[in-house]
Amino acid sequence: MIANSHKYWWCSALLAISIILLLVGGSFTALLNFSQAELDFSSVLADSYTRHVISFSFYQAALSTGLSIGLAIPLARAFSRREFIGKQLIIKLFNLSLVLPIIIAIFGIVAVHGKNGWVNQILGFFNIETGHYIYGLTGILLAHLFFNVPLATRILLQTLDSIPSESWRLASQLNMQSRHIFITLEWPKIKQQLPSLISLIFMLCFTSFAIVMSLGGGPDYATLEVAIYQALKFEFDIEQAVALAMIQVAITVALMLFSAIFLKSQPMSAPSGNYFRRPDCHSLSSKIADGLSFMLASCLLAPPMLAILSSGINSNTLNVLSQPMLWQATGISLQIALSSGLLSLLLACAILFSTRILKVRFKLMTLAYGIENIGAIILVVPALVLGTGLFLLLRPYVDVFSIAAWLVILVNALMALPYLLRVLNQPIQDSFASYDKLAISLGLSRLQRLRIIEWPLLRKPIAMGLGLACVLSLGDLSVIALFGSQDMQTLPLVLYRQLGSYQLDAAAVTAIFLLTLCGVIFYLFERIIGGKNA
Amino acid sequence: MPNATQLKKASPLTNTNVSPSTNVNPSTNISVLLQLDNITFAYEQMQMQFDLVVNRGETLAILGASGSGKSTLLNLIAGFNQPLSGDISFQDISILAKAPAQRPITTLFQEHNLFNHLTVKQNIAIGLVPSMKLDANQQAALEKAAQQVEITELLNRLPGDLSGGQRQRVGIARCLARKQPLLLLDEPFSALDPALRQEMLRLIAKLNKEYGITVLMVTHNPDDALQIADNIAFVENGKIALHAPTAILVDDNAPDMLKRYLGK
Amino acid sequence: MKHTIKKLALCTALLLPSLSLSVANAADKPVLNVYTYDSFASDWGPGPKVKIAFEAECNCTLNLVALEDGVSILNRVKLEGKYTKADVLLGLDNNLMAEAIKTKLLAPHQQDTSKLSLPNTWTNEYFIPFDYGHFAFIYDSEKLANPPKSLAELIERKDLSIIYQDPRTSTPGLGFMLWVKAVYGDQAPQAWQQIADKTVTITKGWSQAYGMFLKGESDMVLSYTTSPAYHMIAEKEFKYKAVEFTEGHYQQTEVVARLKDAANPELADQFMAFVLSPAFQDVIATGNWMLPAKQAAALPSEFGKLITPAQTIEFTPEEVAQSRKSWVKEWRNAVTQ
Repeated sequence: MIANSHKYWWCSALLAISIILLLVGGSFTALLNFSQAELDFSSVLADSYTRHVISFSFYQAALSTGLSIGLAIPLARAFSRREFIGKQLIIKLFNLSLVLPIIIAIFGIVAVHGKNGWVNQILGFFNIETGHYIYGLTGILLAHLFFNVPLATRILLQTLDSIPSESWRLASQLNMQSRHIFITLEWPKIKQQLPSLISLIFMLCFTSFAIVMSLGGGPDYATLEVAIYQALKFEFDIEQAVALAMIQVAITVALMLFSAIFLKSQPMSAPSGNYFRRPDCHSLSSKIADGLSFMLASCLLAPPMLAILSSGINSNTLNVLSQPMLWQATGISLQIALSSGLLSLLLACAILFSTRILKVRFKLMTLAYGIENIGAIILVVPALVLGTGLFLLLRPYVDVFSIAAWLVILVNALMALPYLLRVLNQPIQDSFASYDKLAISLGLSRLQRLRIIEWPLLRKPIAMGLGLACVLSLGDLSVIALFGSQDMQTLPLVLYRQLGSYQLDAAAVTAIFLLTLCGVIFYLFERIIGGKNA
Repeated sequence: MPNATQLKKASPLTNTNVSPSTNVNPSTNISVLLQLDNITFAYEQMQMQFDLVVNRGETLAILGASGSGKSTLLNLIAGFNQPLSGDISFQDISILAKAPAQRPITTLFQEHNLFNHLTVKQNIAIGLVPSMKLDANQQAALEKAAQQVEITELLNRLPGDLSGGQRQRVGIARCLARKQPLLLLDEPFSALDPALRQEMLRLIAKLNKEYGITVLMVTHNPDDALQIADNIAFVENGKIALHAPTAILVDDNAPDMLKRYLGK
Repeated sequence: MKHTIKKLALCTALLLPSLSLSVANAADKPVLNVYTYDSFASDWGPGPKVKIAFEAECNCTLNLVALEDGVSILNRVKLEGKYTKADVLLGLDNNLMAEAIKTKLLAPHQQDTSKLSLPNTWTNEYFIPFDYGHFAFIYDSEKLANPPKSLAELIERKDLSIIYQDPRTSTPGLGFMLWVKAVYGDQAPQAWQQIADKTVTITKGWSQAYGMFLKGESDMVLSYTTSPAYHMIAEKEFKYKAVEFTEGHYQQTEVVARLKDAANPELADQFMAFVLSPAFQDVIATGNWMLPAKQAAALPSEFGKLITPAQTIEFTPEEVAQSRKSWVKEWRNAVTQ
């Protein structure tokens, strides 16, 4: 369409999605070949255990979603009504809930709520016996709330901030009470946001793995994802695993389609610029309500965080830090994280550098979104199933001792891809949409474009995306749980095992070590790649 | 009206393959600079067909409702879009096969004329050589262009620090430095305040008069046309429905379609 | 930018090749890969001593690959199939033998198993036993004054909390499941439901469960009759005791076999012979805290203070191989009711 522009722009995306589809397809083929026997869904579905797992997956996800959003709505209102020192910092911390390695949070929760945790120590002082409330549904809910309340609050706060300040002025002239404000101003905005928020949190909880595996405590509390893991690792029952995986894929796809119905282009209005003090911040009832929300949220979120930060220095610290195992795991973790981060970045760029041309030059939006969605395929295909399939596929060609590392890299790269696509999509498209014609009219070559236009504009988002992908991989505990061994341990696996064997002191050190490592990686990428203005 | 010798000295066109124009008055010594011959194009179900002759030194305003195809017309000339059939020639030589950068054309867009991460100087330099490494002649051309639009003191600033009018001046400076005989303006001043807009239009008129640059300007404001254009081309439904002297805009006997567009 | 890209390229180049995570391939010595469970290979288990002793006589590198528990060893080898790097599997037990043989990955052993110190005679042609023991529940006698006298009492009493291992991953867990099955037969699901009510958690491996018990997470834990010997000998601690159940105790015999396609068959055979030699057998009692299968030196006197089950219970390996899957399913469905 454009004279003399380079012709092979579509190759990179084609290559990337071919690789992704080949990996997924190859993995399923290998699994089906291996299991040989016909997949008998009816018998798997008829099994009371399968039905138990499915219903528990739904039950805990629904409960987690309901509680998260139920707490997030008053909390978001409280944040929107109050101004206090440290508010921005807290909201920034809330942003971290997506990158905080799950296993670190689990440590924090065990340290607070475990048998010898803070809560039981305090209650024990008053001679109250609580028993073991952490293993099972309570623990799972606590962990899911720990991650999802901040996520939901932040999104809802953004929604509330988008209410124009004129509305607040009007509300205060009309002397609207808190209740009326909620009904006429806030709820309509929140209602727009709810379907996507509910589906996001429900999906995160429905496919929850590390949390349920660590805090589930036995077969009674298993999500489909955990049941797949158990079928593979405990029973080596590939048929069962594949059948469960198919069920999970079917349910997640159905959930996505269902939520897509409600997601018809909702305009996300920008936050209203000038701040206007809400008229409902002075009433006593609102003060009580906000106080309660803050208190409840602090009780839920602050202690595990404090436990993570405070327990790292103990009598065991030097001992743990001097163990070669920790450093070996650190080395392996870093290799895996950097490799999978780079791979993920490569795939994301390959896809986006092609789809932006589809979008900007050819206006083929549907095709472009379709291609980008293939990049996010891991959201519906369980990572463990993909990992196992690839293992069976690759084992004739690769050393089985080293295969685990490669698999973890591959699968982690795919797991980070949806996030990277989201982070990089707009910048990559903008750098093109804004400057395509100008660059063409100036006769810049591909390389010059890359050097003069793309790189300076994209180095910051790329640094951010690469950091995100590396940190996600650094904290991941999914495929490695299947293939890890003493020679092939990552830090999350070490932490998981320390938690499992109740070495809480050692776990505390590993947790803070891993957390520091995540921070350092983010910082270094911003410095090295992000440039001076980062 | 400057005389021919003055023009010859001052014109940036002297070292291009365009023979130096000695007269910019369209009434005498008319020579055709650009010709569109039965150009067809399809965009989102709209069939377009353009025939157009632009004379050297002419300032042509392209008017029309949004979606009528006036920006597409500019894109076809600049080479951002490739027509389905027909030919575009520059001084009787087809430029259809040439890449946008090879055409004797320079374009000023509505926005994104400048790379925000490059300094003003670099933004002008990149129009001369993509590597931005200038030799002495190019350096001189750059400084001269900057002088002409009065931005010499801004050369080391970043576009983010400039006002909207200053940014467009930088864009114009690059167009000048590139020394191309045909300047395409794609509504470059529509986001500016009235006073600034006047100033920019005066600047364009000055460039046209003093250096003989031929100007094609897409605008949705008839006043712009009245102020600086010799002729207007009125685009409707993918065709040039009217090509006439600018005075037609204030002519009570103008065709109905033009009156409808002008809201008369 | 060039600078940054160079840096990145350098990092990548440095990182990727090293990922082939080769297992310490010291010099040109041959390597014998032995899959075992973590408590055997750990620093406090018999692994390090066994490694030193064997490497002294073989001029090779003994690489102990630690997996979570006995069942994991079998699953791992099934997953890797004929491409496995394992030469020897150490730590499956009598209950898993038949299933392991069915993989057709094993080679018959050439050892003389006629003079063992096992309570029963040994005839298996693929596996040789290296130690044995009986499953038992361990309790802290300073905390629990009246331990249950039978499996039935344990199951029926409401005031007890226990931790046991998952029969899908762990050989003690599997043993417990078979124990309950042997005693309760068709009534096993009801028994499991009662057990579920007093279960703190079901762990994946023995070390996890035992560690939790020692931290005070439960009144009792599934382990072995020999476990108190560890506390008596290593810690001079006498409060931990095993309870004897009137129904009898399920016997576990831990076994070792070599793979048919072992990279170095002679070395694998040498290791099989080594397992029955005094150098290996002598570290079992106070390393793995089990009873040696071919006892050489006398056991420490503390072993005399342990309970010795009057009755032992055992399914044949074939019975287990035939029904393990359905029994596990029965267990799983019962505890998730």
